[in-house]
Amino acid sequence: MPAHVRIPAPLRKLTNDEEIVIIDGSNIGEILTALNTAHPGLIERICDEQGNVRRFVNIFVNDEDIRFQQDKATPVKDGDEISIVPAIAGG
Amino acid sequence: MSDQQTFFSNLKCRECGQLYPKEAIHICEFDFGPLEAAYDYDLISRHINRDVIESRPQTMWRYRELLPIDGVPTVGAQVGFTPLVRADRLAKHLGVDELYIKNDTVNYPTLSFKDRVVSVALSRARELGFQIVACASTGNLANSVAANAAAAGLTSYVLIPANLERSKIVGSLVYGTQVIGIQGAYDQVNRLCSEIAGKYGWGFVNVNLRPYYAEGSKSMGFEIAEQLGWQLPRHTVIPMASGSLLTKIHKAYNEFIKVGILQGQKFSVHGAQATGCSPITEAQKKHTDIVKPVPNPQTIVKSLAIGTPADGYYALRSMAETGGSAEDCSDEEVIRGIRDLAEYAGIFAETAGGVTVACARKLIETGKIPRNESIVLCITGHGLKTQEAIHEHCGEPRVINPSLREFEALIANDKAVLEAGLKS
Repeated sequence: MPAHVRIPAPLRKLTNDEEIVIIDGSNIGEILTALNTAHPGLIERICDEQGNVRRFVNIFVNDEDIRFQQDKATPVKDGDEISIVPAIAGG
Repeated sequence: MSDQQTFFSNLKCRECGQLYPKEAIHICEFDFGPLEAAYDYDLISRHINRDVIESRPQTMWRYRELLPIDGVPTVGAQVGFTPLVRADRLAKHLGVDELYIKNDTVNYPTLSFKDRVVSVALSRARELGFQIVACASTGNLANSVAANAAAAGLTSYVLIPANLERSKIVGSLVYGTQVIGIQGAYDQVNRLCSEIAGKYGWGFVNVNLRPYYAEGSKSMGFEIAEQLGWQLPRHTVIPMASGSLLTKIHKAYNEFIKVGILQGQKFSVHGAQATGCSPITEAQKKHTDIVKPVPNPQTIVKSLAIGTPADGYYALRSMAETGGSAEDCSDEEVIRGIRDLAEYAGIFAETAGGVTVACARKLIETGKIPRNESIVLCITGHGLKTQEAIHEHCGEPRVINPSLREFEALIANDKAVLEAGLKS
């Protein structure tokens, strides 16, 4: 079973309003590339010109921030839940 | 000014400048940059000046043209204009000439600066037609959303880390709000709220209403400038959680200059964090603009324990642009800061206030704040909200029977009594 990617509201215009997209890939980098093949234009919203995840984007694999793991090399297993979440304010 | 005159036209991406309609949206679709209210400053400068502002009621809404709502405020119309106190005894203790406390421990109605942001967010939520409002919170925001929503007749949900201080939990529950404790740190609450906000049509004050919410913090900066006699302090020391308050005080000072209320003048904004969660300070000390998130914040200062500060990058820019610095302090230094503020200024602040005092002390001792220049410390929440942190560090009352003899024996060796006795 491939990974489930939760798409944040501001990007759903690019996924025909789909909230969850099912994508194959063995790490975050591959998932993002495959996501872009399925829904062209997505990757440039999430990554900058150098291919790094943008400053204001957080990506979680099963609730763990990829910055605490291996960033785009963070491994992804079948059935993992991936969330793409914009940074939000204090409280 | 008519009741319905608006002074902001759009939301605008802070990164790429893309314009968006004034709806409940908070990030740019193209680069995830935060959206901010875009004002018509020429129009504003024709509408307000010092005399106009001074003629209005003493609340944060006397700066209404610079706050992002369309009509008159319908929630929190009495919020703000807290005292700016000259604290000469604390100044002497810290070895500086001119020190002021911006005392938001007495902000109305929930005793923290969060009433400012909530007043704007909920007034805007009503303009946008929301019935249910919500927030992710480290405590103070939850208290304020709960209270202000109750007064306004809005339904509210507040999501908090389950292990918050008891008084902050009770301080939300009492208003009849729906309090949901999350087993996890604030950053996890935050992420969950971001997902809930994307799914439900609720007005999350610090998610989809963030562009309006965040602007409320500017009122603290406007008030400081007015209360100092229409001038800026040379130094302002501000606690940092997400870093938003610091960026907004910086913005407020600049806006007053932009609309002609103040002359251009040199000022610095400095940031304060607890060492157990100090990602912004760490980046500032390393002179990098990359804020490395803290996975497991460990500090008694729960209200500042945000490991992934959304505005960290902009807070660093504000400090760099104004020649400001950041500091951090241990939990012991926080306690000492709370005690110093209480004993030398008569103000009981929550742990974040202890951070501000302790970091100001370090900025002074390291020469980053010269001793002969004016300083404002932003004290953002009341000490009654975090009594657990200070309880064991204040001693206990001395207990006696209702007997004059016991009383006299008790105070016989007290220093103040001995000194008074010698004088008489």
